[in-house]
Amino acid sequence: MSATTAALRPRLVKRLLPSRATRLAVRIGAVAAAFVAAALFLLLAGNPIGPVFSALWSGSFGSAYGQAQTILAAIPLVFTSLAVAIAFRMLLWNIGAEGQFYFGAFGAAAVAYAWPEWPGPLLLTAMVLGGMLGGALWALVPGALRAYLGVNEIVPTLLLNYVAILWVDYLVNTAWRDPESLGFPLGVPFSAQATLPQLGDTAVHAGAIIAVIAALVIAVILRKTIWGYKIKVIGENRRAARYAGFSITRNIVGVMLLSGALAGVGGMVEVSGTVHRIQADISPGFGYTGIIVATLARFSPLLILPVALLFGALITGGVELQTIGLPSDIVLMLQGTILFFALAGELLVHYRIEWRRQAQTGSEGEPGAAGRAHPGAMPSGT
Amino acid sequence: MSTHDPGPAEGAVELRGIVKRFPGIVANDNVDFSVARGEVHALLGENGAGKTTLMSILSGAYRPDAGTVSVGGRTMSFRSPKQAIEAGIGMVHQHFRLVQPLSVAENVLLGAPSTFRLAGNATEDRVAELAEAYGIRVNPSAKIWQLSVGEQQRVEILKALFREASVLILDEPTAVLTPQEATHLFSIMRRIASEDRAVIFISHKLDEVMAVADRVTVLRAGRGVATLTIGESDKANLARLMVGREVMFRVARSDHDAGAPRLTVKGLIATGDLGLPALRDVTLEVRAGEILGVAGVAGNGQRELTEVIAGLRPAISGTVAIGGRDLSASTPAERISAGLGYVPEDRLGTGLIPSLGCIDNVMLKRTDEFARGFFINKQAAEAATSELVDRFDVKTSSLHSPVSLMSGGNIQKLLLARELSAGPGALVVAQPTAGLDVGATEAIRRLLLEQRDAGVAVLLVSEDLDELLSLCDRIAVMYEGKVMGVVGAAGADREQIGLMMAGTASDPA
Repeated sequence: MSATTAALRPRLVKRLLPSRATRLAVRIGAVAAAFVAAALFLLLAGNPIGPVFSALWSGSFGSAYGQAQTILAAIPLVFTSLAVAIAFRMLLWNIGAEGQFYFGAFGAAAVAYAWPEWPGPLLLTAMVLGGMLGGALWALVPGALRAYLGVNEIVPTLLLNYVAILWVDYLVNTAWRDPESLGFPLGVPFSAQATLPQLGDTAVHAGAIIAVIAALVIAVILRKTIWGYKIKVIGENRRAARYAGFSITRNIVGVMLLSGALAGVGGMVEVSGTVHRIQADISPGFGYTGIIVATLARFSPLLILPVALLFGALITGGVELQTIGLPSDIVLMLQGTILFFALAGELLVHYRIEWRRQAQTGSEGEPGAAGRAHPGAMPSGT
Repeated sequence: MSTHDPGPAEGAVELRGIVKRFPGIVANDNVDFSVARGEVHALLGENGAGKTTLMSILSGAYRPDAGTVSVGGRTMSFRSPKQAIEAGIGMVHQHFRLVQPLSVAENVLLGAPSTFRLAGNATEDRVAELAEAYGIRVNPSAKIWQLSVGEQQRVEILKALFREASVLILDEPTAVLTPQEATHLFSIMRRIASEDRAVIFISHKLDEVMAVADRVTVLRAGRGVATLTIGESDKANLARLMVGREVMFRVARSDHDAGAPRLTVKGLIATGDLGLPALRDVTLEVRAGEILGVAGVAGNGQRELTEVIAGLRPAISGTVAIGGRDLSASTPAERISAGLGYVPEDRLGTGLIPSLGCIDNVMLKRTDEFARGFFINKQAAEAATSELVDRFDVKTSSLHSPVSLMSGGNIQKLLLARELSAGPGALVVAQPTAGLDVGATEAIRRLLLEQRDAGVAVLLVSEDLDELLSLCDRIAVMYEGKVMGVVGAAGADREQIGLMMAGTASDPA
């Protein structure tokens, strides 16, 4: 009963269990499609595509300097992304990684200024702890509000960002102000011991190693430990977690503390490794970009590493764009486009498109007529 | 390949060679099904036999991969439920599709053809008229949220009648009804059929099929096995067709004396999800080695009772004790370690996590056991899970694939296996066989009896009175949060329990 006029029509068919390869292919495809879409947009806006992309490339991966800058930009992103990801595993939206990053930098700087003469390894360890403590404290406030009073964490985490940024701003303009800063909001430079060592003769500092270790540790916690199991259960199904006797409140507080601590270490690494002092504007929005990175990495700690690298490349590539007279805002557009395509691409992870010939003549009751996929409709029972 | 099927003159619905595949399964495999006007036609089969899929095809929710659907002699190809409704197919789903804040009349009117404006009292009168014509007891001006489940179901039927459905499909309609309400429903069904309409009654309950249907079509594993008139069939015959083998209706139950009280609740008062009183002074006592049944229509406090016992719902007052130890102030975790096992009604939402595999789900209540320091002892968890899966005959393709892909019976077996593996002293079980097929139901019931014989105190909440009568030692009947009375199961009077479920009984036996 194939009708005479048959047209190919797309329809969505649900995939029951999307394979790993599918997921990966869809996500890489989404990033590629985002670049194509961005290129089209640049073209429409009258920008030369060739120079833009070659500048992005040479500024990020295309030169030894660019590579180092890319890694340096990726390091803080790894920490803020991990912070967002671990919280989201329990369905908590930590929008406050930015503020926790600043408070971590504050904690680390406090240690660095208090004991500048301590031997390097000891001082750096103390600074990491200071950073963790600062970040964790900053996340404790919204975490406790959420756990004990049921206050949604999104707004408190977001608003506390401004408080943390202003707090650091205040310190670098007053107590910690560098007398030689010529009026700029800069803190006193750290002592040599308070500075993270470079890796070999590159511009990359030891923060890169700390970032990789942090991602590995989080991956192990999530996959191999009882706590990670509980986080997974609570994230998947709070009712079942309560039924199993897990304490939701304690775990919310615990995960928020860990989340804040991670962002805090990010702040420590940034001031100790890259900036070498505390100052205003240490973050161009690492906490927010971390949300995008974590989302793209599907909140997987190990996937965060390559995605953070990609976004680090975009940040440094944007700097290069300015040198050829193009706005670095192109990079922001690219980031947004990538996120947009990645989220839209999720549809293709769970559904596949099937092209079917479908009769257009009004013949009813065609055998083998394509059934329509109903999202959420499942076969009875089974 | 037929374009026009003449069919029998009185044919209301004719399904021919229906095939519907879902990934991994064939839900309908070349099924023929025809219904005549003026008959109540039962569609009988175990869960997963393909009944609901077949009816979803008839009602336009799915499109068949092959086969034809004809209604009133015309071949149809429904692209949406709306087209099926226009063709006169009405379906009452298991989960009602009613707008809670609106009145009965408004709900009946919703989606009816060419009603742009609600016309106030006039519609209420029309709905009242319609209800009266079919002997349907419901108040047209009542809001949906004020109605009992049985009344809401009647509203769904009214909706279909109002849209002039010539074929009415009822999907497991009695699951939520008291025996009396079910009887009322059956009389409505007969009345509708007598008006030259067709009624399709999806069920897996043999007694009901025998009581109300004219003909019955049996589905097994996606295939049509037989179509019989009720006159030429009996329960045993139908059960054999449905399951594919002989079925025991009574589970063997040994006689023995119950021990000391193990699980006691005293004077429990608690509220439900909406903050309304759900438990009003409930006192019960389950002895070691007995099954105490809790009968009642859904929503009379049974769920809240099990949740309060498990520590998931706070009690306003009253005590819960296991083995004499007062647990009223204890956390759920403390109650678990005091030996409380709990099989909640909501298996996949509370008892198990659908997206996780068997191992993770077995770990849910046994995390301490599978801990090695901070880490999970994966080998131990896997070994324990595969041992449980073998011992309790849980069929699954992999210990790692999501439990949501398993059948309802296997899901329940896994849940029960985990709860029993902890060696509970008291076991609270809610609706353990609801929606399960005959084979799984038998297995679950046998497991519960084994626990009883092993000296566990079992509190069994069920809406299936036959289940309670065959398993329990004593039955408590709940109505509006109160225990109407506790009766011995041996020689209990169904009628009397039914009346107590409806709140009219006075003295406990």
